[in-house]
Amino acid sequence: MPKPRPLYSRRGRVEILHGSGGRAMAQLVAELFKVAFDNAWLEQGNDAAVLPQVSGRLVMSCDSHVVSPLFFEGGDIGCLSVHGTINDVSMMGAQPLYLTASFILEEGFLFADLERIVASMASAARDAGVSIVAGDTKVVEKGKGDGVFITTTGIGVLREGIVLSGDLAQPGDRILLSGTIGDHGMAVLSRRENLEFDAPIFSDTAPLHGLVANILDCGARVRVLRDPTRGGLATTLNEIAQQSGVGMLLDESAIPVKKPVEAACEFLGLDPLYVANEGKLVAVCAPEDAVHLLEVMRAHPLAREAAAIGEVTEDSRRFVQMATRLGGRRIVDWLAGEPLPRIC
Amino acid sequence: MKYLDEFRDAALAEHISASITREATSSSGYRLMEFCGGHTHAISRYGITDLLPATIRLIHGPGCPVCVLPVGRINQAVRLVQQRDVILCTYADVLRVPCSGQMSLMRARSEGADVRMIYSTKNALQVARENPERQVVFFAIGFETTTPPTAVAVKQAHASGMENFSILCNHVLTPAAMQAILSVRTGKMLDGFVGPAHVSTVIGSKPYERFAAEHSKAVVIAGFEPLDVMQAILMLVRQINQGRATVENEFSRAVTREGNLKAQKLVAEVFELRDAFEWRGLGSISESALKLRPEFSRFDAELKFGVDYVPVRDHKACECAAVLCGEKRPQECRIFGTVCTPENPVGSCMVSSEGACAAYYSYGRFREELT
Ligand code: SF4
Repeated sequence: MPKPRPLYSRRGRVEILHGSGGRAMAQLVAELFKVAFDNAWLEQGNDAAVLPQVSGRLVMSCDSHVVSPLFFEGGDIGCLSVHGTINDVSMMGAQPLYLTASFILEEGFLFADLERIVASMASAARDAGVSIVAGDTKVVEKGKGDGVFITTTGIGVLREGIVLSGDLAQPGDRILLSGTIGDHGMAVLSRRENLEFDAPIFSDTAPLHGLVANILDCGARVRVLRDPTRGGLATTLNEIAQQSGVGMLLDESAIPVKKPVEAACEFLGLDPLYVANEGKLVAVCAPEDAVHLLEVMRAHPLAREAAAIGEVTEDSRRFVQMATRLGGRRIVDWLAGEPLPRIC
Repeated sequence: MKYLDEFRDAALAEHISASITREATSSSGYRLMEFCGGHTHAISRYGITDLLPATIRLIHGPGCPVCVLPVGRINQAVRLVQQRDVILCTYADVLRVPCSGQMSLMRARSEGADVRMIYSTKNALQVARENPERQVVFFAIGFETTTPPTAVAVKQAHASGMENFSILCNHVLTPAAMQAILSVRTGKMLDGFVGPAHVSTVIGSKPYERFAAEHSKAVVIAGFEPLDVMQAILMLVRQINQGRATVENEFSRAVTREGNLKAQKLVAEVFELRDAFEWRGLGSISESALKLRPEFSRFDAELKFGVDYVPVRDHKACECAAVLCGEKRPQECRIFGTVCTPENPVGSCMVSSEGACAAYYSYGRFREELT
């Protein structure tokens, strides 16, 4: 008997069939996802993954990714969807262990592109020591999606004694930032708007759990960790101030921004404080431990440019204020207006 | 943020600030209007008022393109995009300006209208090329700086025989607005203007000369960098102390007396004066705005789609009109920060980052709440 035409080929395109639960979908899962993600749980092919017992509290988070364009300098939607969720889990101090991935594919999407994205997810997960243990695929009609949307869910384990929370910042605490801001948002935006700048801007997308582990192991009294993604640093700091019922005073001249990012922001009328990051974190710690913690952070490759950017103040109005680089003062408010569309 | 020039900036700022404090000693004070929203933004964004003595009173002017659009102009755009099945391309700020019936272009979009946010006129032409079967309208707003790119777009559309592109023209003129300001109470009491930056690169410094000669107002054209603004304030203080009123140019690295003649010629080729145009806050001002010349009238969306401008009144609690002519400060509006916030703007001045209310709310409201 002649062999039937393969239902999945890397030269082909996504068809409605690939999401309908039939043979085409089975082939896609077997030949693309299982091969790339390569772990025993997926291999079993059951409806759900049965995971081994762990000791410690479980931490769980999920994140949907709808970035456009799908590929940009320094990353793509694949690694972004892995890093995003790993980072959310890590910000609670947990060690990320497992991920699930759910794909919404648009009819007509190139398998070659999907393969690139899946490979990028697989290598991001492998590098971070995390397994993608379950997944789902749906296909929507042409025009009803934008290539691919990916939702990942992550589970991690939190060892005893670690308590991090957005409501623990206290007046006097120091605010540390792990590096330059605005890189991810401007990398995506400049690609989308076809802006040519002298130096290309690279997304900072990266998994932060290693840096978090170092931060937690160094003995500093850390109250809050948070990654300033959508809405940027300004939004993250306002969230913490709100939750903790405190104010903040930042030093504008201490906040690191790369030159090309600042130029691009200037050009588009954006403030880097509100532009998304995907590989940075904010740490709020006790004042006596700030110097030590900063050293520890700077010793990690992902936080070489870490900086102390301000301190927590007593303020019932919960204002995040900033001493400007000219010596004046202003509020750093919540993001208002049109947020940047679809950058993560 | 952290650049090398930072530290130099701070030192220079301190130096200029000290000079202003030393020299601005007149007991009658110095009432200075920064005309441009760009300056208003820079002043709030860098906390410049903290560096000035109490004798200096900065009054915000109407130079914010989104702010001065009257409600009727937004209504017109909303009607166009809802009733004529067009793609409306616009800059981001315009999307959120509230208009009649609790609408805005943003809301129209969420109700299904095809409104697209763009960064440049190039994007608008691109949208038209990519959608040959649809009509694409560019909501053209702004002062003299944004007019030349619109002129280029219209000429390109003309040259390539594009049938599906047109503009809703709301380009307005700075000198006309400055003239109008001088007829209101605050305007008459002004000692001087911090003159426009980018606008002046196009029109030059010459158009301001009559404000100095005929109205005895000191004018110093300033760039949008915070240090530019501070230097301009110092220059104004000096003029006023010496009893002079002339046009000086702090922004000489970009502004000449004649301006950009090529851009002026381009604009004159494509546009002509409207008899009158209604401004938010300043009312109807004759010869204060532009429309397409008859040769280009097929690109005029107002004519092409027959959507008229119908004037309507502002929201009854809104003080935008008074804020725009410097008669009131944002926090003197009863609904500032309560009913009217950047998330839920009632007036246009709370929308654009160049608007005085938005600048106060986003950057400066810690001040008044402290006192
Ligand atoms: S607070 Fe709002 S309503 Fe009042 S003047 Fe400002 S923008 Fe207009």
